[in-house]
Amino acid sequence: MAQTGAAKRFDWPLLVWRAAAWALGGVPLLLLGWHVLHAQLGPNPVEFLEHDAGDWSLRLLLATLAMTPLRRLTGRPEPLRVRRLLGLWAFFWVCLHFAIYLTFDLEWSPSALAADVVKRTYITIGFAAWLALVPLAITSTQGWQRRLKRRWATLHKLVYAAAVLGVLHYIWLVKADLREPLLYAGILAVLLGMRIPWRGILRGRPLPRRTT
Amino acid sequence: APLKIAAEHEQAGGETVTPFSTVSTYNNYYEFGTSKSDPAENAHTLQTRPWTVEVDGECEAPARVDIDSILARRLEQRVYRHRCVEAWSIVVPWDGFALGDFLKQFKPTSKAKYVAFQTLYDPKQMPETRHGILDWPYVEGLRIDEAMHPLAFLSVGMYGKVLPNQDGAPLRLTIPWKYGFKSIKSIVRIRFTEQRPPTTWNKMASNEYGFYANVNPHVDHPRWSQARERRLGELFKRDTLMFNGYPEVASLYSGLNLRMNY
Repeated sequence: MAQTGAAKRFDWPLLVWRAAAWALGGVPLLLLGWHVLHAQLGPNPVEFLEHDAGDWSLRLLLATLAMTPLRRLTGRPEPLRVRRLLGLWAFFWVCLHFAIYLTFDLEWSPSALAADVVKRTYITIGFAAWLALVPLAITSTQGWQRRLKRRWATLHKLVYAAAVLGVLHYIWLVKADLREPLLYAGILAVLLGMRIPWRGILRGRPLPRRTT
Repeated sequence: APLKIAAEHEQAGGETVTPFSTVSTYNNYYEFGTSKSDPAENAHTLQTRPWTVEVDGECEAPARVDIDSILARRLEQRVYRHRCVEAWSIVVPWDGFALGDFLKQFKPTSKAKYVAFQTLYDPKQMPETRHGILDWPYVEGLRIDEAMHPLAFLSVGMYGKVLPNQDGAPLRLTIPWKYGFKSIKSIVRIRFTEQRPPTTWNKMASNEYGFYANVNPHVDHPRWSQARERRLGELFKRDTLMFNGYPEVASLYSGLNLRMNY
């Protein structure tokens, strides 16, 4: 964005928020790299990598979805200005998670991927979540935002689908102990619930045609 | 503590033995937590002395057996492949004795069609059982002819030493041609029965975990493939073998539809 005055150049609050967003996405990556270099991935390194990348995919997706409620609760403009950064970090982690699976579980066999996507519901769901995020990552630039105008906001509602699918993907693969996936589901439910205009609904008002 | 081993048998096709450090730190033992590293961290609260195993049911000589008399038996070491239903696997030298030899001393009657096994259930020693993730106590079972098969094994140790708590001390089943959850840990009770006994994971999700639970690359778990597995220590997967590479048990199941009886 064009900066008009000298005062804008030192937007400290925004700088702090940006740094926090970079840290949230990047520090776990540095830690993971450190674990890889020091061979500290435990008895099943592939599983460790896969689970770590999957966990951070969900955490960053939830962090992205937390920005709109945070904007409202704090009244500050910064959450919306780091939302894209968090979303792109989430996409990075989903891609890493997917790449680890493609490499070590499927050895990049397209037929094995096709078979898994068709036969295994949790893979179908996870794959769909990744697919939903691809157009969002591509159109995350300001150029695309301008070109798509109002349709951009509509398109980016796909992030809700991706988050729901991501949490379902986790719930579906767990054997018996659902506590952790249900924690993610609970946080997601709160974040989505905060977007519903409850007051209007309770007073019987018709839903606003568009909310952003 | 080291064990006195009378004989050693390599029965894993000469495959590399998985390091002790892996086998003792990567376990499923939900009584001590549901993550793989939990049992090694939490199982120190298990008290393995005094310990008795109650054997009863359809047999002429029921008895309460003290663990020290079990440890005094002639022990042999067998290197077996071990395949988890979650599609990871290990190769372990187990120390113990044939299950059938042990069971025969209680003189099962002709009504003994199955053998039921039960794990200790003590929330004081097993704090994670308070969460009710599974239906405790953990129970498992075999058909009597499976239990009498020469490959069926009772382990008191591994790698020449007494079993670590997280690996099922002081006494556990080792059934190498079945998924790992059949090899019940920390046994306190064995019962000969006429009816097929309930088994824990089958009660939890009968469409996912059958009574037989034979390792079978052709019958997938409803949620994931069983065609391949990851040997701990290797990055890429390898093909899973029918009956985990123990074809000598196939005759136990002649005439049985293994797709229906998974």
